[in-house]
Formats: sequence, structure tokens, C-alpha cells
Amino acid sequence: MLKPLCPMPTTPPRLADQLLRLFCAPHRLEEVQGDLHEEFAYQLRRVGEQRAKWHYWRNVVGFLKPRTGGSSAIKHEPKQYSNPSNTDMLRNYLKIAFRNLTRHKGYSAINIGGLAVGMAVAMLIGLWIYDELSYNTYHQHYDRIAQVMQHQTSNGHISSQNSIPAPLGDELRNKYGNNFKHLAMATWQGDRILSYGDKKITRTGNYMGFEMPEILSLHMLKGSRNGLKETNTILLSASTAQSLFGQDNPMGKLINIDGKADVRVTGVYEDLPFNTEFRELTFIASWALYVATQPWVKQALDQRVWDNNSFQLFVQIADNMDMETVSSRIKNSKLNNVPDHQKKYKSEMFLHPMSDWRLHSNWEEGIQTGGYMQYVRLFAIVGLFVLLLACINFMNLSTARSEKRAKEVGIRKAVGSVRSQLINQFFSESFLVVVFAFGGAILLILALLPWFNEVADKQIAFPWANASFWLASFSFILITGLLAGSYPAFYLSSFQPIKVLKGTFKVGGLAAVPRKVLVVVQFTVSITLIIGTIIVYRQIQHTKNRPLGYDNNGLLMMQMMSPAYYGKYDVLKTDLKNAGVIQEMAESSSPLTGIWSNNGGFSWPGKDPSLDSDFATVWVTHDFGKTVGWQFKEGRDFSRKFTTDSSAIVINEAAVKFMGLEHPLGTVVKWGEESDTNKPDYFTIVGVIKDVLAESPYEPVKQAIYIMDYENVNWIMLKLNPARSASQSIATIESIFKKHVPSAPFDYKFADEEFGKKFASEERIGKLAGSFAILAILISCLGLFGLSSFVAEQRTKEIGVRKVLGASVLNLWSLLSKDFVVLVIIACLIASPIAYYYLSDWLKDYDYRTELSWWVFAGSAVGALLITLLTVSFQTIKAALVNPVKSLRSE
Amino acid sequence: MKRSYLGEFEEIVLLTVAVMEGQAYGVAITHEIIEQTGRAVRLNQIHAALDRLEDKGMVKSEMGEPTAERGGRRKRLFTVTAYGRRTLQEIQEVRVSFWDRLLSPLKPATSL
Repeated sequence: MLKPLCPMPTTPPRLADQLLRLFCAPHRLEEVQGDLHEEFAYQLRRVGEQRAKWHYWRNVVGFLKPRTGGSSAIKHEPKQYSNPSNTDMLRNYLKIAFRNLTRHKGYSAINIGGLAVGMAVAMLIGLWIYDELSYNTYHQHYDRIAQVMQHQTSNGHISSQNSIPAPLGDELRNKYGNNFKHLAMATWQGDRILSYGDKKITRTGNYMGFEMPEILSLHMLKGSRNGLKETNTILLSASTAQSLFGQDNPMGKLINIDGKADVRVTGVYEDLPFNTEFRELTFIASWALYVATQPWVKQALDQRVWDNNSFQLFVQIADNMDMETVSSRIKNSKLNNVPDHQKKYKSEMFLHPMSDWRLHSNWEEGIQTGGYMQYVRLFAIVGLFVLLLACINFMNLSTARSEKRAKEVGIRKAVGSVRSQLINQFFSESFLVVVFAFGGAILLILALLPWFNEVADKQIAFPWANASFWLASFSFILITGLLAGSYPAFYLSSFQPIKVLKGTFKVGGLAAVPRKVLVVVQFTVSITLIIGTIIVYRQIQHTKNRPLGYDNNGLLMMQMMSPAYYGKYDVLKTDLKNAGVIQEMAESSSPLTGIWSNNGGFSWPGKDPSLDSDFATVWVTHDFGKTVGWQFKEGRDFSRKFTTDSSAIVINEAAVKFMGLEHPLGTVVKWGEESDTNKPDYFTIVGVIKDVLAESPYEPVKQAIYIMDYENVNWIMLKLNPARSASQSIATIESIFKKHVPSAPFDYKFADEEFGKKFASEERIGKLAGSFAILAILISCLGLFGLSSFVAEQRTKEIGVRKVLGASVLNLWSLLSKDFVVLVIIACLIASPIAYYYLSDWLKDYDYRTELSWWVFAGSAVGALLITLLTVSFQTIKAALVNPVKSLRSE
Repeated sequence: MKRSYLGEFEEIVLLTVAVMEGQAYGVAITHEIIEQTGRAVRLNQIHAALDRLEDKGMVKSEMGEPTAERGGRRKRLFTVTAYGRRTLQEIQEVRVSFWDRLLSPLKPATSL
């Protein structure tokens, strides 16, 4: 009934057929496959090709299913005669390998442990790099988002900044609109007070244009991305909504920002993940509200003020555009609008794509010079090296061990092993070890991740579900296993059994040469890493010890975030002083750890007309100098005794140099031009102070002008009374602030802690580099330890004979240690110039930098030698102390 | 000799093999069972059942002639062994004896 009438045009699915061939027992294949094909032909006639194929697949899969009890097609024939297949031999190889491992527990532990540590370090670094590279990819239009930035030329230097003038947003929208899909102006992310009823919290957020939620593709939990279209609106992140409203529905509720404006909650978005630029953007208020509440912003927009760069502009480019084209199109969007006298700054607008925000954000003279990427590269290199060290160890130990197995090879060959079997055996051993190490590495990572996340300031989770991670791990296992196994596999298996078994076989001195080279490489890397770490630490320490120009001990800073703070200066000061908790109080426009405003337009007698007089400008009250402890070089502080001090200024040393003044005191500085609407202001220099380090501690201090003012201030500075405990004083201060400024939460910062934060990124790098260097040296020592014990074991007889002939323990110790010490010294000699070259290159980037002193190199070398001796001595002394009777008895 | 028990499905397969008299092999048996019982059986189930029957010694097999529709592969042809026949008969007898008693319910129960 099943006879076909014509030859079949269609064949069964080939893949399924191959699968069957692969799994089906060979003696059953013919019959099973025949049945399947016949069935296929039948189904083909009955239900058509598509369903017949589907049917075929189901049948094949059915055959592959293992059955409990009974036999099945995949069960291979029980052996009546020997039918060795690959798995049987493989099982045997693994068994032998396992026995070898357990027989030498110490070596195995060192071998597996060292490799596991190396792999763990490499994988951690890999995860870190992956996290850095995937920064900001949360946003759906990641590759089309950019921030508008500008290059400006001043005094012959090009500087780049992300702050742009207010009218630029409308300009781009109106004249270059077809290049962009969305545009959003924004001010700067900062702390603001959000209050709802009695609840007051301080949150980081920003005022942004209504298209920003669309640009960032926020995941809205409530409301829509259009929530910022009206003036008095705000979007909250889920966590902010939670802390303000708890379980209540926040939608439509009115909350207050900074005690200035009431806004309606029009949406709640999912918290932005940790590895995004905007991770701290916990609310977005509408840009229109900012314009409405800040007269100067409204003025800047209405009067098209092009020379006040105080805003940010984020864009999403149109779908058919690319970054570079758009970037070049908007190049002159500012220059075309500025008045003639500002053309000399040659403003060039450009786009900084989101994909570069994290890793490529440094510019020098208008050219992109990398940024965080350099650390990513650095760590990639470190990770590779640590891994290399671990692999070298692994190879060294397994080759050293395998020489002991020459006899085994001889016997195996005599009994009838083919060379390929020996090769397979050595490979399966090395794979077994690598797989064990990989398991250990995963355990290590799981244990270390919390610590690592803390140090690296990350939230990395183990990528269980990431296919590429497993792929990379698998290929690593493969490569390491092959590399480490290749020497014993190919070299040992070539021995002639007769020589080995007769005992005339000698592993030549040459065999040890590659091992020695590897040890030298290992220590070169370790020592370089150690020198590098010391220098990084010294650079951080050096910068930390840089003179601050003020005294930040017991100095408290409070941002005046609410209008309620203003006009309370005298009453606060009197109360605080009467309570005896502070020594002094002052207000200023910038915190001590930053410069919030820079201004140009200053002139003075003898000024070079072509010089762009750009100064850091800080407005302070009378007592600022006393509060922060200014150190005067010349002249005097502001004083209430002189009524003329309302037009007095204090400048720093850098300013004196910048202005080229020989006698700065009494010099009159003019700010502004006669043609300006507000007539120019004239100031007299009354004092010169030592530079106050406010911005980057790695760069020179900028020329600064301090102007006396009680209106234009944002921060309160308090100098605590050193005679009283800080915690008590702060409690008292809080109660006094609660009394006078009840509407604002009491939030303060310690100046020294804020200053310390400037080192966070360098310290993080330092800590990580330090840990990796320690691990590298640890791994190298592990290897050395294993190697020395091996050498000691090999020379047991020699040591015994020497002892009998009268060698002392010291003699033997120096005999055995000498070899290793020589290797480490060679490594030091190689490492020093390498480290010197790279570190001096690294330090060149810092204007304020430490020296590469010779003793760092000497110290590292001595340290490495000491560690080597300690490691080796354990084994050598043990070997030297053995009673020669024991070592010579058996022969 | 230890008595081997047959599952219901195995019994059907064994009966089919017996019925087909030397022409029984995987595909043919499958189609026959589908035709006669209307069950949705699959090839691999038949193969598994035949394997078990062969293990129990109730069928024996030999390789047959190659045919074109099988891509020139041979069939494995099954025949029922004497033991298989006896087992089938025993099963039949047990059933019949039960059926007899069911059809004449007034018959007093006797021990088995």
C-alpha cells in the first residue's frame, strides 16, 4: 500500500537527518532511518511537504528522547567485543587526570587556585568594562541623542564647554529645525527642596524642556511623556514619588519646589538605572516654570542675550541625519548672532553624542582627547596581564610536573598507547583543571561582587543570562586549556620509551629556559604594576597635600535653596554666636569647592587690550575671609570700618600674575563698558590672598576676584567653635535654623568632605589598581612557590649528597634560592624602564604632579626580592633541613 | 520459566506483528495500528515497543530487502516467536475465562 509511483522530488529535512545520524546507535540507523524516510514519503503524499517535514521532525525528536528501562534506538549495542568509542577513552583520561590531581593536592590547589583568581580578576574587569561601554544605552534613542556644546577661543586657547546661551534653543528650532526631532533646553542638575504638606525632602533634579522625556524615552509608570507641556508641572521618578506620597497616587497633586512655586505632578517615571548619565535625575520640572520664576532667564530669552552661557541644550537628531552632518551644520549658529565685538571668541557649536558622554569627554584646544576611556583601556590591559600571569603559572607548574611523568609516558607507550592518546590525555588533564578553575572563579566573583561594586561605584550583577558572557568564558577555557596543555601534550608524548625506561633519559637544561623566561615575564608585569600603584597613590597624596589657601577644618556649608534664607543674615549670626557654637559666619556666591560664575569685561590700567579678562568671580560677605581663613599676602580683608569697602575687591595671587600688576594694592578695576546699560562699576583692590583651591586639585588655580555683596549669595559658611564637639554644635545650629528658616530642611555639608570627593574617581582607580597589583603579585608568588617546591623535590638527592659532604643549611638555602633571585632581579631591571616610560607619560597630563623618585623603583625591587625570598625560602629551608638518610636511603 | 507480562500497547503491537505474518516492520505496523484502532501512534513508540518485545523474546527480527522509497535501506522484519504466540494465547485465555464469568453471572464464584 505504500509503494511510491514516482521518484520523490522532496527529501526529508537534512538537519533532522543529521541529528538522527549523530545520536542513533549505528547498528540501528539503517532500519530507523529507512522507516522514517518511508513514513515521510507517505506523509508527503497524504498531507503535503510542509506538514510532512514537520511530522518528520517530530518523529526524529521522538527517537532521540531517552527512555527509562527497555532499549531505544539511541541506546548503543552492548559490547560483545571491544568497541572503544571516544567517550570511553575520554572517561579514562579524566579519571587518570583526577587521580593525578588528588595525588598532588598541594600543586593542584596552587594551580587551580591561582588560575581561578586570575580568571576572576579578568572577568571582573571584563564586567566593569562592559558596564562602562553600555553606559546610557538604557535610552532607546541612545545613538541619536546629543548635547549641544561649544568651542570658544580666548587668549589664543580653545576651550570647550557644555554651557550654551539661552536663545540657542529657539535658534536651532527655527532655523535648523529639520535636523532635529526633539530639542530641550535645561538648566543644571542640582539639589532642590520638594515639599508636600508637612513633608520636605531634598532631591536632585532639573528644569527641562517638555521634549526631554521623549528624548530620554522615559518609561512612564503614570501619566505620559507630554506631562511637561504646561508651565507648572513636574515629573517625578518612582522613588521620589514613593518618598513624597508613599502609597498614595501622586497624579495631579500639588507640590512645592524650593519654596518658590507650586507645581502639579503630571507623571511618574521609572527610576533611571545606575549606569546612565541621568541616574540622579529624580525629578524633572518644566523649563517654562524656570523661565517664569527666574527673571534673568526670561530676560536672556526675550532680549536674546548671546553672551551668557548658562544653560544646557539636549537634542535628538532627525531619523535620517547623522551626528557629524548636523554637528557641522550648526557650527555657526551662535557666531552668526553675536555682536561684532564678541566675534573674536570664534564660537563653534557642535554636538557631543550621548555615546561619547561617558568615555570621551575631554577636549584640549578643541580636539577630542578621550577621557574616562583611558581608564577603561588601562584596566583592560591590567586584566589581560593578570590573566596572563595566571596562565603562565599554570603552564609553568604543569610543565614542571609533567617532567616527573616521563616514566609514565614510557610505560604507556610500551604497553601500546599511541601518541595521539597521550596527547589527548594531557589535554584532558589541562582542561579539567581549567574547568575547575572556572568554577572557582565564578564562586570568587559572586563573593567579591558586592565589594567590587562598592569600590568601583557600580551596580553590576552577575550576567547569568548573557550569552556572550558564556561564549567568552567558553572560548577562554578552550584557549587556556590548549595553551597550557600543549607543552606536555606535544613534548612529553614524543619521548622514546626505551630511553625513558632505561633511565638514560635526561630532561636537558634547555627545557628549563622557557620556564625561566616565563617567570621573568611574570615578575616584570607584577613589579610594573606595583610601581604604577605606588605612583598613583603618591600622586593622589601629593594633590591632597596641596596648599588649599584656606582652612577647611570644622567648616560647614549650607546651600540657600529657599528664599526663606535671605535677609536672615544678622539674626542667624547673632543667635549662633550667642549660643557659642560657631566662631564666624559668612555667605558667598560659590561653595568652597567650586566656582559658580566666571565673568569677563574687566579692565585695569596697563591691561593689554587683546587680553580676554576672564575671572572667577565670587561674591562674599564681610566675614568670609575670617570664616574660611584667608591667608593674606598683601593688603587687608574687607572691613566694616571702611564704608568704601562696598566697592573694594580682594584678588588672588593668580590674578596678580594674570593682570601683570607690580603693585596691585589700590589699583582700580573697571567692570563693564561705558556703552553698557548699567554703567561700569569701579572696584579698588584692597588685598591679595594666597590662591584658594576651589576647582580641580590637579589644575592651576584660576585668577579670581572676590567682591563684597549681601544679595548675590547662595551659600552660608559656618566655622564651628573648635572648643565644642561638632555633633552637639550641629544639633544646636539645627534648632536655630529651624527657628528662623522653618520652611527649609536642614541640610549641610562639611567643606573638607566635599573637597575629599574631588578625589573620588582617582582614589577609586587607585584602590582598584592596588587590589589588582596585590593579586598579581600573589599569583606570581603562588607560581613561584609551586615551582620552588618542585625544584627542591627534584634536587632531593643532590641536597642529600651535599649535606653528607658537609654543606650547611645556609649553603643549601642560598644554592636553591639563587636561581630565583637572579630571575627576579632581571625582572626588576626590565620593569623599571617600562614603568618609568608609562608613568611619566601619565603624569604629564597633570599640571600639579608628583616626582618619579628613584626610591619608588628601588623600593619596589627590594620588596619584590623580599617576597620572592620569603616564598622560596619556605621550600628551600624545608628541603635543606631534611635528614640525608631519608633522601638517600631509597635507590 | 518466569512469566513475562505484556502492556496493553505491547499486546496490540504483538498482535499486529502476528497478523501481518512476516511483512511486519516499523512503518507498516504503525499504519496498520492507526487504521485498525484509530490511535495516534508514532513511529518511535512502535520502535520502542518492538525493542521491548524483542528483549522479552516474543518477537524476532531479521533484515529484509532494500526498497527505493527507503533510500535503498533495508527493513527490519519482525515475526512472532513461539513464546510470543503462547503468551498471546494465555492472555486470550485469561480474558475469555473472565468474559465467560461475566456473561453468566448466576454461576457461583470459584477460586482461581
